[in-house]
Amino acid sequence: MSRKVLLIEDEPNITEAIRFLLTREGWQVETHAEGTDAVQVILSAQPDLVILDVMLPGKSGMDVLRDLREHEEMKALPVLMLTARGQSRDREMAEQAGVSRFMTKPFSNAEVLTAVRDLHAQASQS
Amino acid sequence: MATLNVLILVCLGYVVLLFGVAFAADRVAARGGGKWLRSPLIYTLSLSIYCTAWTFYGAVGNAARSGLEFVTIYLGPTLVMISWWWGLRKLVRIGRSQRVTSIADLISSRYGKSNTLAVCVTILAVLGGTPYIALQLQSITLSFSIFAEADPTGLYREGSSVFWVAAGLAVFAILFGTRNLDANERHHGVVTAIALESVVKLFALLAVGIFVVWGVAGGLGPMMDQIDASEIGQWHVDAGRWTTFIFLSAAAFVCLPRMFQVMVVENDDEGHLRTAAWAFPLYLLLMSLFVVPIAVVGLDLMPEGSNPDLFVLTVPLSLGNDWLAMLSFIGGFSSATSMVIVTAMALSTMVSNHLVMPIWLNTQEGTASVSGDVRTIVLMARRVSIAVIMALGYFYYSLSGGGAALASIGLVAFAGISQILPALVGGLFWRGATRTGALVGLSVGFFLWIYTLLLPGMEGGIIPASVIENGPFGWGWLRPQALFGIEGIDPMVHTVMWSLSLNTIAFCVASMLSFPSPLERLQGAQFVNVFDHSVSARGWTGSVAQSEDLMIMTQRILGTIPAQEFFQAEAERQNGRPGRLPEPTPQFLERLERELSGSVGAATAHAMIGQIVGGASVSVEDLLAVADESAQMLEYSSQLEAKSAELSRTARQLREANAKLTQVSKQKDAFLSQVSHELRTPMTSIRAFSEILRDAEGLSAEEQTRYAAIIHDESLRLTRLLDDLLDLSVLESGQVSLNMDDATLNEVLDRAVSSALAGSDRKIGVRRVRANERIPLYTDLDRLGQVFINLISNAQKYCDADEPVLTISAHDVGGQMVIDFIDNGSGIPTEAQSLVFEKFARVGSDKAGGAGLGLAICREIMQRLGGEVAYLPGHAGAAFRVSLPLAYRQAAQ
Repeated sequence: MSRKVLLIEDEPNITEAIRFLLTREGWQVETHAEGTDAVQVILSAQPDLVILDVMLPGKSGMDVLRDLREHEEMKALPVLMLTARGQSRDREMAEQAGVSRFMTKPFSNAEVLTAVRDLHAQASQS
Repeated sequence: MATLNVLILVCLGYVVLLFGVAFAADRVAARGGGKWLRSPLIYTLSLSIYCTAWTFYGAVGNAARSGLEFVTIYLGPTLVMISWWWGLRKLVRIGRSQRVTSIADLISSRYGKSNTLAVCVTILAVLGGTPYIALQLQSITLSFSIFAEADPTGLYREGSSVFWVAAGLAVFAILFGTRNLDANERHHGVVTAIALESVVKLFALLAVGIFVVWGVAGGLGPMMDQIDASEIGQWHVDAGRWTTFIFLSAAAFVCLPRMFQVMVVENDDEGHLRTAAWAFPLYLLLMSLFVVPIAVVGLDLMPEGSNPDLFVLTVPLSLGNDWLAMLSFIGGFSSATSMVIVTAMALSTMVSNHLVMPIWLNTQEGTASVSGDVRTIVLMARRVSIAVIMALGYFYYSLSGGGAALASIGLVAFAGISQILPALVGGLFWRGATRTGALVGLSVGFFLWIYTLLLPGMEGGIIPASVIENGPFGWGWLRPQALFGIEGIDPMVHTVMWSLSLNTIAFCVASMLSFPSPLERLQGAQFVNVFDHSVSARGWTGSVAQSEDLMIMTQRILGTIPAQEFFQAEAERQNGRPGRLPEPTPQFLERLERELSGSVGAATAHAMIGQIVGGASVSVEDLLAVADESAQMLEYSSQLEAKSAELSRTARQLREANAKLTQVSKQKDAFLSQVSHELRTPMTSIRAFSEILRDAEGLSAEEQTRYAAIIHDESLRLTRLLDDLLDLSVLESGQVSLNMDDATLNEVLDRAVSSALAGSDRKIGVRRVRANERIPLYTDLDRLGQVFINLISNAQKYCDADEPVLTISAHDVGGQMVIDFIDNGSGIPTEAQSLVFEKFARVGSDKAGGAGLGLAICREIMQRLGGEVAYLPGHAGAAFRVSLPLAYRQAAQ
């Protein structure tokens, strides 16, 4: 059974790094670099996990998450949020929007992998 | 025949008697006794100083010349006394409540305590009074001369006798008229003396009359026949003259300074007016009773050409009745002296109060000890004034030579003093009367009186005869005795008609056109409504009923409990009966006033107690002090208002500053957040790939190289970002130093183009018109070049045309160098055009390596160089315009 992760990130180098890491872990990695249609992409891709950047062109990651949680079937979808702004206010906003895990850039690769594993394990158990 | 010596002896004896009476009356009054001194009878008799030597001698002379016309002089005051006593009562009430010292003081007080008005009235009174005094002196001299003619010794010398008479009268007036400082206090000595003189002159005239009717004519019946036979009995009445004279004498009766002195200033009790209202007309009736018989007999008896003014004296004398003549002489002497003494007193009060004291106070400005010796100064001023006025009278007499008939001098003075009437009556009954109105009216009347009566009447021709006949400058309508072409009427009627009517009109019109000062309004109200404000002017006296009112008032001001405590303490202090209200004794009221003034201020406290106690009127000073306090409060509150306005202005500025700071702080937060993002993004890539290189096993050599290259690129990106940030920070802080240098535009552009295109894989075509680029520059060439490079590399990065071309065109437009950078791409969306110069503003998904600071830096640089860079709308592709003023370059050279 293949695990699918959808990575929504507008910085190509970061996208490439995460793709490299998760592919090695056995994930099927799909990517998207835009905020505007991000919710549609998630809905159609039906991923097991979403990694979401906050500062996206067109629509911020916060708004994408908020809109995503409007959809009943997406309430439980694990969402790992990455931000480069690193302010505590962002963390609060993200939690209110329904984030599963919140990480500040730059992160260590090990952290990302651990977070992805944990989130997936939790989702599988429930 | 009585010798002159006997006459002089009698005269001196009479004077000594007067001194004695005056002295005794003053002593009695000083001891507080002598109720009769304050009786209505004395008051009425003192009023009869209206009858001067002019009346005593002149009435007979007048009757001999003009028949019954002399009656008008008695009818005027009689009419005033009978039909206008309520007006006099008002005058007396005001005079007492305002502590008025003279008619000038009254007028000035009514019109806002204007000293200008007081000076005017004083001058008018002195001008009118001086001939009048001279007239009295003349009558004494004439009467002396009658006896002198008959005296064989020929010792009599006219000039010196007049001098001594004048000096003696001055001494009398000074001795008994200036004993007290307060002119408002009664001069019992003088009043009693003139009352005695009134009795003497009435007695003398009646005696001569009885002698003439029963002793000469032989009884009433033959007397009537003789009168019918004479010209006087023709009953010829000139309506114009009669009306004028009645009016004039009525006006003078009210306005004459000496009448004002005895009627208002010396008045002890308003009630006396009630007696005087019938007793004084009765006195006048008795005085006039025998005038016609004496005149008729005199005309029959005396030789042709003898002076009819002296019939009273010459008729008994010629018939050998020396003692009656002596009595008659004493009567005339009494008339003259009483008038002179009271006039001198009244005028001296006016002169010293309104002329001397203001001048003296002015010269004393700065010396603090005014209060100490001011009493003696005032008294001295009064005494000197009396002397000066007597001297004036004496000199007038000496200079005029005593030619004119007695009656005419009297009437001229009447007409002059009557000019006060409009201001006086208007001030009593019309609140709208103003100072300006009074001044204008008085001036008009005064001027017309001098112009139409005084000057033309003067012997020696102060006004040339040509002016009287043809008018000044030949203007016929301005002839002094025929104003506006109205001719053929009696000069006196003419003057009175014009002066008083124009005076009144001027007074009314000027009053209506002018605006009264606050003090004038207060005084006007006090005068016009004197009966509403005061029952009688007494000190602080009151009844227990008023204590209740005081209690209520005090409670309102101090609060219930403190007020009750204060009143109880006072009651205990008074009589040891704490349960009752205290008697409103002066001491209690004084303490209460002090207590209240702690809360509401002294003036208000005084005014409030004044309103309750004794119905005493609120004095103008009280009201003024209240007004002053309110004015201070107003000023204080306006200061507070100004303060609070200032505070709210400060608060607004603080709010604005705070809003600005908040905005700056928000901008700073946003900027920091942006910077953080821009720094963390490349660091994320660097960290991720360096960990991959370190940890991941089995990486191909190709992968290793690629990931190392990413790390390298992101490091460069970080460096560029830091450079830009530093550059921007320096430019924004204004601490940048410019390296000014000369060059032409094409040189700068050449360097920029080659520098921007170097090291770039994506080539853009650059089109230039070099002929237009030969513009000399004087500026920081490197900074200008930096802007050009930025614009060119932006075009290179973002132009999305298949064959990208950038057109650079330079113009010299109106002193400005303008360089446009226009590419052939799809341009920048309209909504983003205003944002491109903001920091970190990137249009679209720009991954071309810029942090979004380039255009912000360009904008800052151009600002420093004195020019600007702006987006140029209206082009298909992205278009930027750099402009730099050439004036800047010239100025900098």
